[in-house]
Amino acid sequence: MKTYTTLCPVFILVFASLFFVIPDARGDEKNARSLLVDIVNGDSVGQEAALEALADESDPVINAFYSAFRSGNIFLMSTADGQTQVLIKEVNDYSDLLTGEAVNPTGELSVARASRGLRRDLKRLVDLLDLNSPNRSKKIAAAEKLGLSQNADYLPELRKRLPQQTEKSVIKAFQEGIYITELKVGSLEEKMRAVKGLGKMKSLPAKGFLEALIEESAADEEANRKLMVEAKNALMMINSHQAIVEKVGTLFRGLSLGSVLLLVSYGLAITFGQMGVINMAHGEFIAIGGYTVYIIQNFFANQFGVGSTGYEWYFIISLPFAFLIAALAGAALERGLVQFLYSRPLESLLATWGVSMILQQIFRLQFGAANVSVSSPEWLSGSFSAGGVSMSYSRMFLIFFALFVVVLTYLLLNRTKWGLHVRATTLNRQMASNLGVPSARVNMLTFAFGSGLAGLAGAFISQIGNVGPSMGQTYIVDSFMVVVVGGVANLFGSAISSLGIGMIDQSLQPVLGPVMGKISVLFAIILFLQFRPGGLFPSRSRSLDD
Amino acid sequence: MKRFFPIDSKSEGLTLGLILFFVLLMPLLNGLVPDGSAFHVSSFQLSVWGKYLCYAILAMSLNMLWGYTGLLCLGHCLFFALGGYAFGMYLMLMIGELGAYKSTLPDFMVFLGYNELPLHWKPFYSPVVAVLAVFLVPGIVAFVFGLLAFRSRIKGVYFSILTQALTYAAALLFFRNDFTFGGNNGFTDFKYIFGADIRSEGTARGLFLASGFMLLAVYWLIAWMLQTKFGKVQKAIRDSENRVRFSGYSTTHFKVFIFVLSAMIAGMAGALYVPQSGIINPGEMWPTKGLDIVVWVAVGGRGTKIGPIIGAVLVNLLKSWSTKAYPDTWLIILGCLFVFVVLFMPNGIVGLWAQGKDLWQRRKGAGITEPEEAAA
Repeated sequence: MKTYTTLCPVFILVFASLFFVIPDARGDEKNARSLLVDIVNGDSVGQEAALEALADESDPVINAFYSAFRSGNIFLMSTADGQTQVLIKEVNDYSDLLTGEAVNPTGELSVARASRGLRRDLKRLVDLLDLNSPNRSKKIAAAEKLGLSQNADYLPELRKRLPQQTEKSVIKAFQEGIYITELKVGSLEEKMRAVKGLGKMKSLPAKGFLEALIEESAADEEANRKLMVEAKNALMMINSHQAIVEKVGTLFRGLSLGSVLLLVSYGLAITFGQMGVINMAHGEFIAIGGYTVYIIQNFFANQFGVGSTGYEWYFIISLPFAFLIAALAGAALERGLVQFLYSRPLESLLATWGVSMILQQIFRLQFGAANVSVSSPEWLSGSFSAGGVSMSYSRMFLIFFALFVVVLTYLLLNRTKWGLHVRATTLNRQMASNLGVPSARVNMLTFAFGSGLAGLAGAFISQIGNVGPSMGQTYIVDSFMVVVVGGVANLFGSAISSLGIGMIDQSLQPVLGPVMGKISVLFAIILFLQFRPGGLFPSRSRSLDD
Repeated sequence: MKRFFPIDSKSEGLTLGLILFFVLLMPLLNGLVPDGSAFHVSSFQLSVWGKYLCYAILAMSLNMLWGYTGLLCLGHCLFFALGGYAFGMYLMLMIGELGAYKSTLPDFMVFLGYNELPLHWKPFYSPVVAVLAVFLVPGIVAFVFGLLAFRSRIKGVYFSILTQALTYAAALLFFRNDFTFGGNNGFTDFKYIFGADIRSEGTARGLFLASGFMLLAVYWLIAWMLQTKFGKVQKAIRDSENRVRFSGYSTTHFKVFIFVLSAMIAGMAGALYVPQSGIINPGEMWPTKGLDIVVWVAVGGRGTKIGPIIGAVLVNLLKSWSTKAYPDTWLIILGCLFVFVVLFMPNGIVGLWAQGKDLWQRRKGAGITEPEEAAA
């Protein structure tokens, strides 16, 4: 009870602030709207004052107003009581600029025209609009864009706003913009400072400008030698930083590709590696996962509307479904087909190939031959960038999830009774069965688990790749290679080999291009298996496998 | 006598006679029977049947490897396509200046901005070189890959998966435009073969007859090899490779030889296929094609001499009929067929007779059934 009473004021505060924040934001828009009306209606003094005041606003209505003004879609209308109303036309609808309400124009309309000077001032205003945006990434992007334009006009604006910024990343972006602009328009002293500053902050966008500066100075006899030396220094620092960034980027991409491979092949490592069943329909279980996400996404979009808070949850909720549905399909396949073929692995290959064809065609009939579109929820799209390396959230999530799957599988196989049964059945099906392991049930569950993992992989692929009837085919050869390279019957080997193949693939790609990179990896794997036919971690046994 | 006419039973001889009759009859129906008659076979149909015969040769070459040696190759389509490409290069050069761009270079090279024929294309003006390449290119690829794989004792499922990866990598390579083999579109629009117009009826008859006789020749070769000592070792490798090795045979050499021979036969089938289909592109070596061949052999009956021929022709007939009759569901029909064959007809169509007899005896309560042959 006591906690409740102490928490109560907090709740009230939170609620109250919610209440006050919203009208506040509306107030900004109102302010912007009335200032805009002043620009259209006012005399030159009034316009100037309004422009001055607008410089601190960031409302999107300013942008809309500017484009309407430029294309002659701002109208003046005299109302019955002798006032002049300003209307803004969008497509065919008019609305009152002051209030934002829709208006059915009744009186005479005249187009409001902007003078050349006013238009220029407004353009400037719009360019600077995002600098005031409350959204951090918009603000950073605007500062970077202005910096790259190296326009002297914007320099004072950036300088003026720099001290007001509080966040580190924003300050850096503003400072970078200022330095880059100064490289072109600043005095010698400013240039010197800018070059040093850019070198220190290891600014990647500045690289081209510094190179240009050095080239210019080399051609110019009277150029300052000291500036050139500094510029070269800065460039060197940036270059070495870039090399690191590229390496980290490759590492990250390799890790993320490796995680995809890991998720895709882990299920296979269980059905193929542990159980010895060649499941050619494994790729279609991946597609089942992808389509499950698609269906649940559509359901959520219908139920909550795209972009709503409920919709944001769809991906998390679809994960268990993707697992379960694929696992059910796997269990059905095991009971209906695979259980009769345990002694004939090559024929299980043929039969499951038939199943794969059937499933693909069913997808095609049900969802169409084209890829279906699955959109990422807000919290998974976008990317995190640190020191010039940008990592998308979806891929980061993927890496963590792959890790989770590895740990979960390890625990299941090594810490549960079912895991013990699975390992026993793997080693010697007959003997395990004799010792009372319910091998039929164990087989079914194991196969279902492997298939469920494929479904999970499909769910993740829907976030970073395509969902289509033949999506599984893209991964099937790769996943078999991963399992074989890792050493069949060794899950840990599969994890290592998928990460390794992912890394090698990604580090070859910048050199050879995507397709040649993939081809070289495939040939490298074929060669690798000449030297280690059992894979990275071969299973040792004294028995003769004939 | 039996050494050179390795025919085991009367029914086998009868089947062979039927095939020979069919091979001779079709061109006659095309050439001698007038156009309007119900017995007339159009040139189009003739080339369709010619293609099926090529598929049958391909299936036989895989059966030699899988059915009799126990090596399941999922990339046999690669050797087929390589043979096809080698002969296609010759056919492309024979177009001369009749292409769309009126250049001596093949159209796709003009399109991609080549000024000169790449060096490795030049020998293919000669038909002799082309025909040699049809055997040598798949043979060399198979030799290198086979030697590497068999020396390190890769076998069973691993061999299958590796061959699939090989054909996958090769297909990706051939899809590239800068690989000088026409990229995605491959070779097409052929005009002349050995100086004759490729579209004339006479050429269609000639190609059909060539395919038919090659089929019989390959059949004879495989049957002859099987009854030699070599064939016995081959089957012994399938049944228990370790025992063969312990008996002092180098199984690696045997396997490499069989793999290369099988690849050469597949390449020849591809070379006969290309002028009859009029096109070769990297789709022919896509991994799914390799699985298709395996299915033909399995449906017909693996490890039997006649099974692959029956399987290849029947599955392709079914495919061409069902794509027309049920365009939406034909893949489902084919998929169900494979599942059914694997589950209920482990010895394929050819094995049905024995299976039925077996079932009949068990019904009668004889109770003595032969133990099922161990499947590889």
